[in-house]
Amino acid sequence: MIKLFENIGRYFMLMGKVFSRPEKISIYRRRIWFEIEALGFNSISLTAIISAFIGAVVALQMAITLESPFIPQFMIGYATREVMVLEFSSTVVALILAGKVGSNIASEIGTMRITEQIDALEIMGVNSASYLILPKVVATVIFVPLLTLFSIFVGIVGGYAIAYLTGIMLPGDYVEGLFYCFEPFSITYALVKGAVFAFIITSISAYCGYYAKGNSLEVGRASTRAVVAGSITIMIFDLILTQIMRV
Amino acid sequence: MIRADHISKTFDGREVLKDISVEFDTGKTNLIIGRSGSGKTVLLKSLVGLHEVDKGLIFFDDTCYTKLGFRERKEIRKDIGMIFQVGALLDSSTVRENVRLPLDLFTEMTEGEKRDRVNFCLERVRLQGADHLYPSELSGGMVKRVAIARAIVLNPRYLFCDEPNSGLDPQTSVVIDNLIHDITKEFNITTIINTHDMNSVMEIGEKIVYIHEGHKWWEGTKDDILLSDNPELNDFVFASAMAKRAKSVAR
Ligand SMILES: Nc1ncnc2c1ncn2[C@@H]1O[C@H](COP(=O)(O)OP(=O)(O)OP(=O)(O)O)[C@@H](O)[C@H]1O
Ligand SMILES: [Mg+2]
Repeated sequence: MIKLFENIGRYFMLMGKVFSRPEKISIYRRRIWFEIEALGFNSISLTAIISAFIGAVVALQMAITLESPFIPQFMIGYATREVMVLEFSSTVVALILAGKVGSNIASEIGTMRITEQIDALEIMGVNSASYLILPKVVATVIFVPLLTLFSIFVGIVGGYAIAYLTGIMLPGDYVEGLFYCFEPFSITYALVKGAVFAFIITSISAYCGYYAKGNSLEVGRASTRAVVAGSITIMIFDLILTQIMRV
Repeated sequence: MIRADHISKTFDGREVLKDISVEFDTGKTNLIIGRSGSGKTVLLKSLVGLHEVDKGLIFFDDTCYTKLGFRERKEIRKDIGMIFQVGALLDSSTVRENVRLPLDLFTEMTEGEKRDRVNFCLERVRLQGADHLYPSELSGGMVKRVAIARAIVLNPRYLFCDEPNSGLDPQTSVVIDNLIHDITKEFNITTIINTHDMNSVMEIGEKIVYIHEGHKWWEGTKDDILLSDNPELNDFVFASAMAKRAKSVAR
């Protein structure tokens, strides 16, 4: 328990360093671009595959569950949309990223720590925390909300595809349901969640890597810790955000 | 001038540096020698502030470095060049980008000036052709040389080298030693080199500090070192059978 508080304290101290004044903005711009490419673009295909399948499964499941003469067919489209927008896309995208991006960041920064690359930066007079972590945080906080939108879109298309392919319902009904009772705020909600989760994943995994010590075994452990701590924190914040932003 | 005043450093209850006081002179190649595990790297890292010392003070010229805050230290660090024992190049950057980074961050040079400066430094370490390679594509010796180029690119006033020629062939070692020596003289740098290579000691050692189990055991010049009758130092200096025979012949 004491260890947990110690970690939280150190985490906030690191964030203080990350957000202190950057050395030179132009360098940061270049690095943010680089990170968007490295962390963001590379996650698109995985997000697309998983979102399409989940969208299809949700639509199918809804169709089976709601099979009753008293429930209109378009409710399937409606339910699929709600699930994708309100919960699946932001949370599950974040969890997938915690596994992929989180372990990637933790092992990259952890390796830099144990091979003294971070020391080398410090000795040059570079604020290594800011130089290494800030571009990643900015890149993911910009990119993950976009990825969330993309996931919503692909998921809904996945649902449409299954409706079309299996004939379990009329595609027209499905589309009608998509626009039924649509609350634009729910999109804002999904975007905010995406941004918060992105911050959590990136900063926690960077923290785990930054304080790795020892050898390559430790880097592996740091990256496992990053995934576990990142996922748990996301679930906690999911609950908190759902509560405060209740639509 | 860099001065350590009664510094101690403990890791998990184990004292690695024990009350070391030593002064390193400007414009000289100062050598720290000692057996593997004696605390050379810890001493070097403590001097630059990568390890916080538990006791004692460290001075860079007239500034008491130990007492400075994060921001003020950053200013001094821009005058520090350091070569790490393992090289510590940034893996995701090419040789050129590695050497260029300090220029990008801390100078207002134009692209052309930066290019010239990087080329100049790479030429000094004879690596002109390798500028587009990544660290994983370099040999151990090349990594060391890139690290040297990076350390000198901003014209440092203090240069720290942790075993700059370990793992290099004897010929390249001499080249590297002389390079560091020349730069030190040319720009009047305070240079501190960790080594356990007696060739370097005889080649470029101007002031030599011998560390034994965390203590400063001996200090002097390379002429003193052969004549010293300090038993631990002698064991270290004349470790090889050939050196021992040479000494007995000389007597
Ligand atoms: N970060 C650390 N945490 C705990 N102990 C350490 C740490 N760094 C060094 N030590 C210990 O300090 C002692 C001195 O290590 P140091 O790296 O300074 O040796 P060295 O003289 O540089 O040896 P070499 O010539 O092999 O590089 C060793 O016993 C080592 O175990
Ligand atoms: Mg060492």
